[in-house]
Amino acid sequence: MPHLILFLFFGAICVAGAINLLAQSHPINSALSLIVVMASLAAEFLLLGAEFVAAVQVIVYAGAVMVLFVITIMLLNAGKEEHTKGSRVAIVFGVPGVLLAAVLVCWAVVARGHTGSVAIGALPGSPQEIARLLFHEFLLPFEITSVLILIAIMGAVVLASRPEAIAHRPPKAEQPDQSPARGDARQLVAAGKEH
Amino acid sequence: MSITTFAIISIIKSLAVIGVLLTAVAYSVWLERKVSAHIQNRWGPTRVGPFGLLQPLADGIKFIFKEDLTEPHVYRPLYIAAPMIAMVFAITSISVIPFGNFVDIGPWPTYLQITDVNIGLLVVLGITSMGVYGVALAGWASNNKYSLLGGLRASAQMVSYEVSLGLSLVGVLILAGSLSLRDIVDAQRHLHWNIFLQPVAFFIYLISAYAETNRTPFDLPEAESELVAGYHTEYSAMKFAMFFMAEYANMVTVACLATLMFFGGWLGPVFGPPLLRVVLPVFWFCLKVFFFMFLYVWVRWTLPRFRYDQLMAFGWKILLPLAIANIVVTALVVAW
Repeated sequence: MPHLILFLFFGAICVAGAINLLAQSHPINSALSLIVVMASLAAEFLLLGAEFVAAVQVIVYAGAVMVLFVITIMLLNAGKEEHTKGSRVAIVFGVPGVLLAAVLVCWAVVARGHTGSVAIGALPGSPQEIARLLFHEFLLPFEITSVLILIAIMGAVVLASRPEAIAHRPPKAEQPDQSPARGDARQLVAAGKEH
Repeated sequence: MSITTFAIISIIKSLAVIGVLLTAVAYSVWLERKVSAHIQNRWGPTRVGPFGLLQPLADGIKFIFKEDLTEPHVYRPLYIAAPMIAMVFAITSISVIPFGNFVDIGPWPTYLQITDVNIGLLVVLGITSMGVYGVALAGWASNNKYSLLGGLRASAQMVSYEVSLGLSLVGVLILAGSLSLRDIVDAQRHLHWNIFLQPVAFFIYLISAYAETNRTPFDLPEAESELVAGYHTEYSAMKFAMFFMAEYANMVTVACLATLMFFGGWLGPVFGPPLLRVVLPVFWFCLKVFFFMFLYVWVRWTLPRFRYDQLMAFGWKILLPLAIANIVVTALVVAW
């Protein structure tokens, strides 16, 4: 019983965070709502007995990916977004559409009658089992995914270091002997925009 | 064990651990001031109580009664939330740290740990990785260029060094075969401490841990000579104190983790009557944590600060490859 209450509680937080993510007009508030969604999802995983997945959810998504989101928003100094005609149209048609889709999915799941319950820990979720699956049965897809990510990283590096982008970089305001501090120069520019 | 007994024991353990942690935080500030003073041939705090021992209390009262300034240009919701986020995650991460063996309260063995999770190490890493938000948001919400630079530096630095910190622990995990902190300590019995088996991993961990907690030589987020005070420039009174306490609480957590992973946790010579057998492991654990806290202070007042590009190059080009090499070598040795 306490598990069910906690599960519903974190589910409600998760949905509320997701709605807030859409409703907020400032990107940093949206990013923080997304963190709330990730964290409450991790709590749901924890309640389902998938401790490893919960921890990875927090470490990778809430702890690393979202930090990069926040850094990007801070660096670009992104302001509030404005409502356009297009966004109003999206609200008018999108909200009923999403509600309809949600009702349909709920109806489909309930009508099929596959909503049983499982004791906590009955399903595989321990680190050993996940490791066996990853490095034994699904070794090839796992390795191919990692190669794919590597290609994406290399692509990002190539895109970010185009020679014309370096030529268009604003001149540095600091003394010439500190040339390697490239990251700091960008931050100074970003901070300068604010004032 | 009935749910009421469980709840009572858990609440007692939580209160005790939080109390000890906050006291340890207060006295590590005292230790820092005292040791730094002696390194610089000064006396440090001497006026409040014997050896200045009541100084943390006086500091706390001062922080509470100081005027709490909120600049008009800050983004208020996040400006107020940031120190709380930093503090909450710094304190929460202590919850899975085991600090001793178990005691028998009535018929049940009670573990000296708030909760034993079988992925304890990942929980600590996950919670500390969330602590970045406190610093990053403080820098952003202050709406001040020095704060923003400090916040950006802190988040970039902590994300970078978290990678080598996590990877340095993988060697230990391969040897222990478990993610539970209790199992990792149990695997180090008979003086098979991981410091002897994984010396490279230990030094990678130690260096990354200093960067994670923003301590010298990696205290660029609050480098006072260039950024005034970094991300907490605009904070005063209790809000500043919360950042301060969060930093020291993080140091305690990292020192606890170093003790558990590399120095055999609470293991040590145990003898005497039953009560002494319970207290001695806790004493050994505290002694080892104290050693790491002292090391923190010692390093801070010995080494100068890195330059930012040196910091990044060191993290990504030296520590990370070294950590990966350590994993490969350990895995090969274990497999062989």
